[in-house]
Amino acid sequence: MKTAEIAQLLNEPACAHNRNEKSGCARTKPGATAGGCSFDGAQIALLPIADVAHIVHGPIACAGASWDNRGARSSGPTLYRIGMTTDLTEQDVIMGRGEKRLFLAIKQAIDDYAPKAVFLYSTCVPALIGDDLEAVARAASARWGVPVVPVDCAGFYGTKNLGNRIAGEAMFKYVIGTGEPAPVAASAQRPGIRVHDVNLIGEYNIAGEFWYLAPLFDELGLRILCTLSGDARFHEVQTMHRAQASMVVCAKALLNVARKLESDFGVPFFEGSFYGITDTSQAFRDFARLLGDSDLAARTELMIAREEAAIRAALEPWRARLAGKRVLLYTGGVKSWSVVSALQDLGMTVVATGTNKSTEEDKARIREIMGEATKMITDGSPKALLQAYKDYQADILIAGGRNLYTALKARIPFLDINQEREFGYAGYGGMLELVRQLALTLESPVWHKVRAPAPWHAAPAAGAALPVAGEAHA
Amino acid sequence: MPEILKRAKPLAVNPLKASQPIGAALAFLGLRRAIPMLHGSQGCTAFGKVFLVRHFREPIPLQTTAMDQVSSIMSADENVIEGLRVLCEKSGPEIIGLPTTGLSETQGCDVQRLVREFRRRHPEFSSTAVVPVNTPDYSGCLETGFALAVEAIIDTLLPTGRGPAPAADGSRQVNVLASSMLTPGDIEAIKESIEAFGLLPVVLPDLGDSLDGHLIDQDSTPLTLGGTPKAAIAGLGEAVATLVIGRSLHKAADLLRARSGVPDYRFDHLLGLDACDAFVLALAEISGQSVPPAIERQRAQLQDAMVDTHFMTGFLRIGIAADPDLLVALGQFLTGVGGEVVAAVASTRAEVLADLPAVSVRIGDLEDLERAALAQRAQLIVANSHAAPSAQRLQVPLLRAGFPQYDWVGGYARTWVGYRGARQALFDIANLFLGNHHDIPVHRSIYRAGSESDSAARAPSGAGLVRH
Repeated sequence: MKTAEIAQLLNEPACAHNRNEKSGCARTKPGATAGGCSFDGAQIALLPIADVAHIVHGPIACAGASWDNRGARSSGPTLYRIGMTTDLTEQDVIMGRGEKRLFLAIKQAIDDYAPKAVFLYSTCVPALIGDDLEAVARAASARWGVPVVPVDCAGFYGTKNLGNRIAGEAMFKYVIGTGEPAPVAASAQRPGIRVHDVNLIGEYNIAGEFWYLAPLFDELGLRILCTLSGDARFHEVQTMHRAQASMVVCAKALLNVARKLESDFGVPFFEGSFYGITDTSQAFRDFARLLGDSDLAARTELMIAREEAAIRAALEPWRARLAGKRVLLYTGGVKSWSVVSALQDLGMTVVATGTNKSTEEDKARIREIMGEATKMITDGSPKALLQAYKDYQADILIAGGRNLYTALKARIPFLDINQEREFGYAGYGGMLELVRQLALTLESPVWHKVRAPAPWHAAPAAGAALPVAGEAHA
Repeated sequence: MPEILKRAKPLAVNPLKASQPIGAALAFLGLRRAIPMLHGSQGCTAFGKVFLVRHFREPIPLQTTAMDQVSSIMSADENVIEGLRVLCEKSGPEIIGLPTTGLSETQGCDVQRLVREFRRRHPEFSSTAVVPVNTPDYSGCLETGFALAVEAIIDTLLPTGRGPAPAADGSRQVNVLASSMLTPGDIEAIKESIEAFGLLPVVLPDLGDSLDGHLIDQDSTPLTLGGTPKAAIAGLGEAVATLVIGRSLHKAADLLRARSGVPDYRFDHLLGLDACDAFVLALAEISGQSVPPAIERQRAQLQDAMVDTHFMTGFLRIGIAADPDLLVALGQFLTGVGGEVVAAVASTRAEVLADLPAVSVRIGDLEDLERAALAQRAQLIVANSHAAPSAQRLQVPLLRAGFPQYDWVGGYARTWVGYRGARQALFDIANLFLGNHHDIPVHRSIYRAGSESDSAARAPSGAGLVRH
């Protein structure tokens, strides 16, 4: 990929704060960098497309440490969970046999697994030696009659965020607009309900959490043409241009897809979140608004009233236990604000949030939702996080899996919010799981036991324990 | 000697292999107050970190030189110097491990020269040792990267020039070079055995001290929270003997022997009765002590378990996929109790594979294992967590071994070695077999009245609790 193309991807006009300084795309510092690369970001964005063979072109490190480690669920095909890589050898690199191996690898994947399409992910080494992914894809597709899509996402191009955009760009360039949706089946038609076609962009169905929401879309007559990319199929991605509206669920990840769908095909979009009652309801309202269907709007309000009443009643006993608890939130980018609404719905206080990977847009939203007083943490090192936890007297750290053991080693409650997690928190139903997991860790009897010194040590070991929330600490 | 079947496919499907840089990083994680920094793009480190974090359920100190587009094309030399400087300044480690990656190796970086350059430019950080090692991910696997790092550690941190000197009289120190097949639980057991003979073990690298999973007084540390101290590495020459466990470490062992003059005893593994006997015999010889009664007792317990479980392990058809050292260890252990290795896959070629008791071994992936296990009607799979879906499709149990084990709590703490480790492994294998016993298909005689409508006619009360 050319430098100019990368610069273009970094420049996202739909981003309200698209100025020169974008901390979300900051240059990396040797010896002090955390977070994934562009390949990581591209793979995450597209891997949940379930009926595609995803081939990682490179030596073993890239696929070997990353295949099948995400929580995205499929309701049907499981091909996406089969790890595939060209596993380049030294000879391949020296002799320039990478392209040939890739070409034959595509054939092997097609012969053995009959994928609906093959996606090729480039990595650092083939990018450096100049393997022409696009040419291989074109040739393979022509030879074997299966769509082959190159995703030029070498790790050294930049951050995970850039990788997300590269993935979106590849979908737009090669897939979206190449297929038409089937008409709505007669059996799915219901009297009085006009069916609208919509897209969800940046929703990954982690732990199957979108299935808390899917029945509500059905109920309202919203046919999801495609989710990019949770529980998605290749054919669905092809038809995204025919939607009447898109929702961008993970604002910065694939904003470029939404923007281009709007500019090229006139599909309007809005940004929203399915975390929390307030945001979930707002998302459905925004669909009704964008689709301009007054009947849908009325039915949406009825559905929201019903669901909110039900979930608020179910949450009541939990609210008493969680209200007033102080949260330190440290996640990359979007989740820093999208989860806030869910926590506020529970009466919890977010005392500080990480913005290391957030764009200016994310930061603006944080200020909008949480007020100017919210502390923004830019240093994500374990030491800094734990210091912030103490300084702001937090009761729990909510962060990605990478920080899980930072918290546990320091003997503090933790909730995993990233893509490797085992539990779904989205929608109204997900709130119940969220409160359960929050209470489970906050109220666990183990904290006291691991903070207290052994009975044969008279005084507590120096620095052993953080103060226990809400109770006097011996 | 098994036939070694070369990789036969252009595409690796469900990779078994983890990369050399991860293996090298792991070796450095067994050193005290250390941190590895991979010379590559930030993703090399991010993926490696997640891989190790999920396996050990521990925070993993691991940094990156963060090569970007410009430095990948022009030169990333400054990234190395700067990265080392930042690490020294921020956390003052005793040791920084510097493994290369496919990216920096393809670029053609001379990492040894860069360390010298760093030394020249930053004499103020001379107390931090830096160990460079070339570990491109387009060759080898986790095990070879680990072995290369161990060799580099010895090369960098064991002083040269003194020449081989005989150990001081009365030294009780015994060195252990520990291959990547050994878990922290294994290392603990090995140290206990050595101590049982009144000897003092120094393990390199000591994952049993750094990644055993224990809470510490401090809230956090940017470095390893245990492991082999730098001073202990410099003192490897003071030992009476070196015990080398794992064939992958032979090159490192050759270097250690040449430089320290300490005689060594080499073991391919410590799994099962024969291997443990050889190990205990060596300890008795080194220490001049007789075998302690407690160990005799453990040996007798293992023998008892071997007798008890031979009904389940005998003729057991086993499929194994692992890095070479572990593959051969498991293969010899299981055939030693009557099992048959009917499907074997190694992540990479190694000399030790010649000693695998199997007809053939494939250099390949978990798809190869699944196909061979299906064709050979394997009854048990032994492999890492990635093999869980394969085992499910094959409808056979999985015994988790190797890297990574992310869907299994405590895999890192499991003890395989020693008499007790072997006994527990036999119990576990026997139980997996018993839990997956295939009944003989029921035959319902045409002459038995009402047999066809038997289940349908029955009232559903209590259904599912008992079979009527």
